[in-house]
Amino acid sequence: MPPFEVNKTFDEINAKIKAGEAVVVTAEEMVGIVRENGPVAAARKIDVVTTGTFSPMCSSGAFINFGHTNPTLRASKAWLNNVPAYAGLAAVDIYIGATEPAEDDPLNKVFPGGFRYGGGHVIEDLVAGRPVRLKAWGYGTDCYPRRDLEKEITLQDLPYALLCNPRNCYQNYNCAINLSDRTIYTYMGTLRPHGKNATYCSAGELSPLMNDPLYKTIGLGTRIFLGGGIGYITWHGTQHKPGALRADNGTPRRAAGTLMVQGDLKQMSPRWLKGVSMQGYGNTMAVGVGIPIPILNEEMAAYTGVADDEIFTQVVDYAHDYPNGIAHNYGEVSYAQLKSGQIEVNGKMVPTAPLSSVVRAREIAETLKKWITAGDFLIEKPIRTLPSE
Amino acid sequence: MYTRIYVLKFPKQITDQPIICNLVKKYDLEFNILKAAILLQQEGLLVLQLKGYKTNVDQGLAYLRQQGVQVESLASTIRRDDEKCYQCGACTGICPTGALSIHRPDMAVIFDPDRCTGCGLCVTVCPVRAMEVSLNQTVLNSQAGTAIAG
Repeated sequence: MPPFEVNKTFDEINAKIKAGEAVVVTAEEMVGIVRENGPVAAARKIDVVTTGTFSPMCSSGAFINFGHTNPTLRASKAWLNNVPAYAGLAAVDIYIGATEPAEDDPLNKVFPGGFRYGGGHVIEDLVAGRPVRLKAWGYGTDCYPRRDLEKEITLQDLPYALLCNPRNCYQNYNCAINLSDRTIYTYMGTLRPHGKNATYCSAGELSPLMNDPLYKTIGLGTRIFLGGGIGYITWHGTQHKPGALRADNGTPRRAAGTLMVQGDLKQMSPRWLKGVSMQGYGNTMAVGVGIPIPILNEEMAAYTGVADDEIFTQVVDYAHDYPNGIAHNYGEVSYAQLKSGQIEVNGKMVPTAPLSSVVRAREIAETLKKWITAGDFLIEKPIRTLPSE
Repeated sequence: MYTRIYVLKFPKQITDQPIICNLVKKYDLEFNILKAAILLQQEGLLVLQLKGYKTNVDQGLAYLRQQGVQVESLASTIRRDDEKCYQCGACTGICPTGALSIHRPDMAVIFDPDRCTGCGLCVTVCPVRAMEVSLNQTVLNSQAGTAIAG
């Protein structure tokens, strides 16, 4: 590790937070601070940079224990508001996945399907305090004789509910276009034919993993904003790919790192966990995540000072290349270009639309800033950092 | 010049009358038909953009009402549920008129009902179904009416 001019520890930063003296800014604010002062002066001045992202994150769900009944039941199958939950766990433990559609959903039989209600909506209903219909079936055993159960549950009544998302917070993502001659309906939204529009899904300079691109302060045990409450990073996420192509500033130019996160569902809010219907594709859930980055030295100041015009992604055709697993792109674009509303692809200007809410990402970063400034939220030093190669 | 979009509902007794023609001749209005579902002896529905001096538009609308046409401004039939909308911007990629747009640099998603033509594309594209169009879509889609650019 190179010797740094500024050296701060997690403990020193936490002591400042507790004393109400920590200087906390959002990742957007940090861009100007680093540009104006340089990373060394910025590292002296700033203690924590807050980030945020709010967008559909498919690999999400919740573990629920719904409590034992009398007589006892070992659920083999379970449904919440008619959305199947996984019951291949202990007697009354289930997992409701965000992308599971309701059992009677017509799916894509009439194309493109609407996918009005799924697992993400169940989770949103629960955190909103709305009653949810639980149905369970067991085959019956000597110790669990009951066969059927049907009742209304609310989040408050549940003995245990844990949001547990195996893959959130993708470090970067493709910009999607459709070069075929028909409209296509994808998890990246509706794409018009002949490359008439493009969609993308990242908060760019506000996005958590863009601000600590090589995971130097983030890892197992990091305390985060999750779904409106407090959560933790508990592992790297599925498909975590730290070896992806990177720019000189460390940010990945392709989909790269991911996080597994969890937290007590009971302290979360429906404003930050929203059931989502992607026309013709399916159900998912929009999740709010925010991560505080401690400015331990000038290297972290430089990382958190990254701006939209220094972060790039690739343009991918979702009609032919993506579904056929063809690793091909139609050039790279910066998030400054994407956010400007149009990009150039194949020499033509193409209008862009985001799927990730910058307005909400900013609100998360501001909320986290408030929590830290008030001394309510300390920065947790990771037990081990995420794999970086 | 004053430009507004209206939803006109024609009772079935008058669908054989040259009502729109009179709007042009008597009130000097330009019109653009955005959607139409008009069949003889059935209730008709027209989404019409009117352009002209405001006094002429007002008089034209009064004439329509006199003939028994139910007139409603299109903007009043479209609503965004701001509790549901999380300002992602997915709708802005599909909205053909710029009624849904992104304000830069803060990236807020703006809805301007006066620019909306009621096409309804945003309704199913919105991930949280925050756009509500109370315009009778089934009338528009199920009948033989075709959209005409006037």
